[in-house]
Amino acid sequence: MNVVALVLDAGWRDLARNRWLAAYAITFFVVAEGLFWFGGTGPQVVLSVLNIVLLVVPLVSLVFGTLHVYASREFIELLLAQPVPRGRLFAGLYLGLALPLVGAFLLGAGLPFALNVRAGASPAALAALMTAGSALTCAGAGAAMWFALRTDDRLAGVGAALGAWLLATVVYDGVVLAAATSLGDWPIERPVLGLMLANPVDLARMLVLTQLDVSALMGYTGALFERTFGSAIGTTVAVIALGAWCAGPALLALRRFRRRDF
Amino acid sequence: MIALTGVSKRFGVRTVLDDVSLALRPGAVTALVGPNGSGKTTLIKMILGLTRPDRGALLVCGTPADERGSYRRAIGYMPQLARFPENLTVRHIIALVRALRPDAACDESLGEELGLSTMMDVPFGVLSGGMRQKVNAAIAFLFRPAVLILDEPTAGLDPVATGILKARIRAVRAEGRTVLVTSHVMGELEELADDVAFLCDGRLQFSGTVAELLAETREHRLERAVAALVRRREA
Repeated sequence: MNVVALVLDAGWRDLARNRWLAAYAITFFVVAEGLFWFGGTGPQVVLSVLNIVLLVVPLVSLVFGTLHVYASREFIELLLAQPVPRGRLFAGLYLGLALPLVGAFLLGAGLPFALNVRAGASPAALAALMTAGSALTCAGAGAAMWFALRTDDRLAGVGAALGAWLLATVVYDGVVLAAATSLGDWPIERPVLGLMLANPVDLARMLVLTQLDVSALMGYTGALFERTFGSAIGTTVAVIALGAWCAGPALLALRRFRRRDF
Repeated sequence: MIALTGVSKRFGVRTVLDDVSLALRPGAVTALVGPNGSGKTTLIKMILGLTRPDRGALLVCGTPADERGSYRRAIGYMPQLARFPENLTVRHIIALVRALRPDAACDESLGEELGLSTMMDVPFGVLSGGMRQKVNAAIAFLFRPAVLILDEPTAGLDPVATGILKARIRAVRAEGRTVLVTSHVMGELEELADDVAFLCDGRLQFSGTVAELLAETREHRLERAVAALVRRREA
């Protein structure tokens, strides 16, 4: 096995037995299964789980990821003392964090839909939900590594991660809505669309909701996105932008990992 | 074996290492000593490539310490704190480090001597502090490296394990390999060290044999000699 696979394997083996990650998967499972249990139809459950995913997945991937990197500091230093290039080591560490988180999400949120196939969740909506959750996890894990590598002060690192979560999930859409309301007489559609692409949580929401025909729930930016691009193009743009959001924070963290002193 | 020439490092406004030039002899144990915050850990991390110098050059076994890190094949490292992934077993951790150096010959005899054979399938997180330190030591000595860097190697070890580790350090020296060791237990360094490098406020204040240090400070014990160097620096 090469360096990336070796370090990924170690990360996977470690986090696969992590009790917090198990609790994360079980929570999604209980919530989704509970919604089916109380008579929810497939699209209703997708919508309810989406609302939880948009809040919980970024929070867990950012905070758990930041704490995990700080807790792994001595192990990272031991690995850096081996004859391996930093870039490959980083790739192994990143994947060793992101993939177990993605696995826990897919298992916890996906299994209830597999057990309740007859409830009628559309495969496209379900695939969009799983893609959105996985992409938010990867973006969060990359950002978490960047925050943890920027400062040795754990409190500052976790604080920055929480700040990023608050910004992306709560503040951002409110600011966009306030701007759109106060500048309603101006042609602001294009700037608002640009702002939407700048927030992975908005993108994830849009990606799933365009599969569900519930444009009333999409928020200002989502409704505008669907109206402008149409469902198919909108989905493609959202997937590409989410891909960029997966790569961007990870590349920033890689740059920091290569340059920093340990 | 290891040569540092004019190495300097600043963290913000603080100069951690200032124009340090030091050569570590093959076949000798060099004790790196100095007060807390004197730059010992930064010097070790610089040799390992974890920290980059602002100025100066560093050679390990004749190879420049560069970004690619291949020179680290010659180095075994025992960090002060053994904090590895808690859910990995001892076997997995050792296997991972072995796999990162697929071409190197392995010597697991220290781990066996320290009694790790019965703990191989135990998760690292449930080991005691002493057992963790034994795993740490076993990893450092795994590849029979030309250079060993040991940061507080006996911290947390019981007397039996400490004896085994000291015997292994002497054996390594007898084989002509280079050992750099830090410890705040001067009696331990007195037993092991041939040479002393004394760092204070980031500057190398003394570098030479233990006998030369004792002669220069007119002391009979290493502990008092190092204290004399600190007092001289403060005066």
